[in-house]
Amino acid sequence: MTNQTDQVIKGGSFLIEDVSKERVFTPEDFSDEQLMIAKTTEDYVANEVLPQIEHLENHEFDRSVKLLKQAGELGLLGADVPEEYGGLSLDKVSSALIAEKMSRAGGFSISHGAHVGIGSLPIVLFGNESQKQKYLPDLSSGEKLAAYALTEPGSGSDALGARTTAKLNAEGTHYVLNGEKQWITNAGFADVFVVYAKIDGEHFSAFIVERTFPGVSTGAEEKKMGIKSSSTRTLILQDAQIPVENLLGEAGKGHVIAFNILNIGRYKLGVGAVGASKGAFEITVKYANQRQQFKTPISQFNLTKEKLSTMASKLYAAESSVYRTVGLFEDRMSRLTEAEVNDGKEVAKSIAEYAIECSLNKVFATETLDYIADEGVQIHGGYGFMQEYEIERVYRDSRINRIFEGTNEINRLLVPGTFVRKAMKGELPIFQKALQLQEELMMMMPEEPGDEPLAQEKYLVRNAKKIGLLAAGLAAQKFGKALEKEQEILVNIADIISNAYAMESAVLRTEKAIEKSGLEKNKQKLLYTQIFCQEAFNEIEQHAKETLVATETGDTLRMLVSALRKFTRHTPINVIAKKREASEKLISAEKYLV
Amino acid sequence: MNIYVLLKRTFDTEEKITISGGKINEDGAEFIINPYDEYAVEEAIQVRDAHGGEVTVITVGGEDAEKQLRTALAMGADKAVLVNIEDDVENGDQFTTSKIISEYLKDKNADLIIGGNVAIDGGSGQVAPRVAELLNIPYVTTITKLEIDGTNVKIVRDVEGDSEVIETTLPLLVTAQQGLNEPRYPSLPGIMKAKKKPLDELELDDLDLEEDDVAAKTKTIEIFLPAQKEAGRILNGDLSDQVKELVQLLHTEAKVV
Repeated sequence: MTNQTDQVIKGGSFLIEDVSKERVFTPEDFSDEQLMIAKTTEDYVANEVLPQIEHLENHEFDRSVKLLKQAGELGLLGADVPEEYGGLSLDKVSSALIAEKMSRAGGFSISHGAHVGIGSLPIVLFGNESQKQKYLPDLSSGEKLAAYALTEPGSGSDALGARTTAKLNAEGTHYVLNGEKQWITNAGFADVFVVYAKIDGEHFSAFIVERTFPGVSTGAEEKKMGIKSSSTRTLILQDAQIPVENLLGEAGKGHVIAFNILNIGRYKLGVGAVGASKGAFEITVKYANQRQQFKTPISQFNLTKEKLSTMASKLYAAESSVYRTVGLFEDRMSRLTEAEVNDGKEVAKSIAEYAIECSLNKVFATETLDYIADEGVQIHGGYGFMQEYEIERVYRDSRINRIFEGTNEINRLLVPGTFVRKAMKGELPIFQKALQLQEELMMMMPEEPGDEPLAQEKYLVRNAKKIGLLAAGLAAQKFGKALEKEQEILVNIADIISNAYAMESAVLRTEKAIEKSGLEKNKQKLLYTQIFCQEAFNEIEQHAKETLVATETGDTLRMLVSALRKFTRHTPINVIAKKREASEKLISAEKYLV
Repeated sequence: MNIYVLLKRTFDTEEKITISGGKINEDGAEFIINPYDEYAVEEAIQVRDAHGGEVTVITVGGEDAEKQLRTALAMGADKAVLVNIEDDVENGDQFTTSKIISEYLKDKNADLIIGGNVAIDGGSGQVAPRVAELLNIPYVTTITKLEIDGTNVKIVRDVEGDSEVIETTLPLLVTAQQGLNEPRYPSLPGIMKAKKKPLDELELDDLDLEEDDVAAKTKTIEIFLPAQKEAGRILNGDLSDQVKELVQLLHTEAKVV
């Protein structure tokens, strides 16, 4: 066998290959510098942003601009910007930690994220030398703020259906843009917009549009359900004059930029959702300790304990997944030559390789946040419904995450779709593995996992992947090209794969931690992993059954159901007892901890 | 100007203190720079920026304290020194620490030494004044303002909520009180630079000290948490009976009269 560390881990390969824990990045691997960066971000949010949150929620955006400048002075806007353009060229883990810690600031973190992420990155990755020199130093200092304008009233998920047009003027000096871009974050104060338009109504392209260019204006502030401390407006382009040198990337290649930026947006959103989940959890457990009913803090009731442990276990799985994915980018990018690193397209490619993981993280982490915010309100009871309580804002702020950067439905559909594409291109031997599995099925003997820590969970992960492959293989065989229309089945497959990825990420992290510092110090991690794996596996079984029944009938179905039974056979753990145990530390620490 | 900052690693102020086996539980706890020492670091950086010179942060403790030293370097200090006593000293006290620090500082020609007013864990407030005593230089505690002009120093110090103005000269040791300044966050460029700044690690040997030279002068008999605050009680009945009952309670229960 070749030495694994010599090879880069392929995107999506987790489904058909096992990876050793040494290759997986975990939060226990953060360096001191990374932790210090996280601390500075945390302190900045706690001391500078949160005291002003009421004002920000009331749309006092001059404060947002000041705060972002202050963030720029601290270096919190330059993580992904190369040093030669005034940035810090930080690693992707540091940049992810900034996003995680920033997310405690609710809607303000969306302003920050839109500026450093989708606003600035298109120029970082796809700008030419003079565009980078012109815009990046100011974007990384916060002197200028950025926004990203893709969505239109008639084109959301179908981004390429944009109607905004660009036409080169007769003199050949300017593109003239006409159209409206909707729900543009930071539109109230951004100086620079990355705007997509079709040249001659056909060639989808990206442009750098300055607020002060003639013909550029913005509409009224939107009245949103949540993330109210971020500015959202329509960007109006009426014969807007964009100098030709502001075409970003090649004419007609705007989709390359758009899709790459979406990948980045998705993983960052996943990381942000993890941070917001931690915040929601902390608020909730503190409240549960303070609130007394029947002369008992409600945290002492077993049903509250159950809720807290379920929340924390999902959060552990989400946190393990997102940082594992960031580690994949980092590993791949560390193999790039200096010239490649400076070529943004290579960097974008390194992230696009993990498009499946980006989508999985986005879906899993945002739904974890929604779950935690919802249960957070529930634990607050009637008080959680009142605006004086922070959890009320967290609940409203959470909702958008399942919608933007590609709805969770679109992201789910992308998962099997991308697997099929990778298989067709010969990048991943999915079909071969699926066939192999079907043969294996006939003679398979049930396995008995041992009773050492994580043995059962590893067994569940192995089988979860097999079930995913089985379901995907069957559906592909049965429906062929028409599978595209079987969206319910595709989403079931995506959910199985999503749970498998999250389970494996949790297991590998816990395994790595136990090896490093022993079982005693990692009991909490083990509990989360056991709880999460058991519950996720139950869901997998459910999704698989539904898929089989929708795919086959009669004897074939019966045979398949019994095959599935072989994969799902295990002695379940006592989840109720494990949750009671896991809740103790959470309640005494009054925060999510591992 | 040659500026030294005395720094201690302490529990995060957010941590809940628990005791197991007669010791404070450190498992999984977060640690920070003692908040008063953070004022000291900030003041040192400001003095250096105004008057030139160099800021060196020094701590006595274990390997783990390196993190807090790095944080001070990231804030802007120039150098750091860790006197690692992990292997040599089992139970140190304020004497131990001040002895070690003064031995380190005795030939360094420090112009200004800044410490925190107290550490939020032990809270003795002794180490810095003892260092000044051992170095035979003047010291002023709980300062809220520091102005330096040549070797003349004008200080405002907090005296239980009132303030006192003191004039003195360098070399000098001061301890920082809340209000002295607003400590900066370590910026990201600062954090990246801190990686390359010198952090020296010394042991007792390097200071020509024996374990006996620094043996604690005090002994910790017991560590316990403050008694849980009990609910208040409202006395009822006739006013004169209430007074009687109150006196009785103060005498027998609270034992204060």
